[in-house]
Amino acid sequence: MSNWRPCATLGLLRDRAEVLAAIRHFFSERMVLEVDTPALSSAATPDASIESIAVTAGPQQGPLFLQTSPEFFMKRLLCAGSGSIYQLCHVFRNDEQGRNHNPEFTMLEWYRTGFKMFDLIDEVEALMSLLIPEIDTPATRISYHDLFRQTTGLDPASASRADIRALAGELGIVIPENHPDDGLVEMIFNIATASWMKQHPAVIVHHFPASQASLAMLSPEDPDLALRFEYYVDGLELANGFQELADPHEQKRRFEVENARRRERGLQTMPIDEHFLAALDHGLPACSGVAVGVDRILMIRNRQPDIASVMTFPFSRA
Amino acid sequence: MATYNTNEFRGGLKIMLDGDPYSIIENEFVKPGKGQAFNRVKVRNLKTGRVIEKTFRSGESVDAADVMDLGLQYLYNDGEYWHFMDPDTFEQYQASKTAVGDAVNWIKEQDLCSVTLWNGHPLSVEAPNFVTLKIVETDPGLKGDTSGGGGKPATLETGAVVRVPLFVQIDEVIKVDTRNGEYVSRAKDE
Repeated sequence: MSNWRPCATLGLLRDRAEVLAAIRHFFSERMVLEVDTPALSSAATPDASIESIAVTAGPQQGPLFLQTSPEFFMKRLLCAGSGSIYQLCHVFRNDEQGRNHNPEFTMLEWYRTGFKMFDLIDEVEALMSLLIPEIDTPATRISYHDLFRQTTGLDPASASRADIRALAGELGIVIPENHPDDGLVEMIFNIATASWMKQHPAVIVHHFPASQASLAMLSPEDPDLALRFEYYVDGLELANGFQELADPHEQKRRFEVENARRRERGLQTMPIDEHFLAALDHGLPACSGVAVGVDRILMIRNRQPDIASVMTFPFSRA
Repeated sequence: MATYNTNEFRGGLKIMLDGDPYSIIENEFVKPGKGQAFNRVKVRNLKTGRVIEKTFRSGESVDAADVMDLGLQYLYNDGEYWHFMDPDTFEQYQASKTAVGDAVNWIKEQDLCSVTLWNGHPLSVEAPNFVTLKIVETDPGLKGDTSGGGGKPATLETGAVVRVPLFVQIDEVIKVDTRNGEYVSRAKDE
């Protein structure tokens, strides 16, 4: 029988509308401009841990990519002088499906010119306390290194390869022989901190290792650290933010590193966004930006066990 | 050897880990917004029954365990092994004491059991959820008691001891739930 009905109840549809309206009101009061950028681009993120969905559309020759985040387009607007901007849009990630994942989901992304990482963290907290009233205390703020040390007893920066592999084994991570250590520290962090996270209603992890900088700039005080943060509620990642990297050469180098990692893992390399690099060449104003999973906010607000329950038509019914 | 990719993981899938066969109980896909995706699974060791948690990097492959569940008829015990037969193919299997485990308390000849085979050999035996067995020993009950309150121990033909209501007597056949070892009813009550 055709399962044509929506997953989300009418109450949840109303709650989604309320959340979207509250977000728009929040930014309108703060004079942040709402923008609307394309979902399709000729370029895609080369990030080796994010898979873009390729499509074809005439008259364009070659593949187009559904955006995994509106980041490159929004940064082009910032370079063009937009000032602080936000966007609510659908983004797409191949092969991501599970209790907390759907290949298509609603993202809130915003950029604040002149904001440093902790300025933006304050604003994330202000928005979250508005959207999730149960969070009635400030989030616990802890650096990646401190949290890693506290939950594993190891310092991720100085631990030897053997120590890391031994710890991974203790945590039940299955490491096949000749496994590249790539990604092992990230997996350890996620598993080791899971129960700690659940004991703290809201957590902000900041200053990630430079190896996980993604599109964040490195700390001017300590180039081993990236100005990146994540926000968790009940152990669920709700937001990921950066004080943004503005250097076009460093950006290009990171894209190439990610494409090299893709080749190593046997994945297809991605076309680099030349428009984005040209915009950085022109100049990205000093800014910080963050992406928030809107569906997950709805899960927490409404105590839903999985992301499908807050969606009209999750992938299984779309 | 057959392998499974992590994206095929689901409850009930049988995989090999450190030389032992395991059954996946729960699989959770975990993906940080930026970062390595992985699968956290809860697995049961099919030899020991122990449940552990393991984590695989998404996209990796794991050897499949050659494990299957068959409905086999219990034939007899030769003092060392318990013998079973596939009622369709008439193929016979012998199960060790370890494999038979707690089922030894409940099964009698002709019973149809769910037997898990690993590489063609019985790994574990599950008794039917409900069995009917004769009481071979129990104290005579108090006259007039029909409530079943209190109860008394009764030894069954398989040697198992269950608590039964006071009115149930020697030589009666009773129905027992093998999952909790509790008396359900007199068999003739059905």
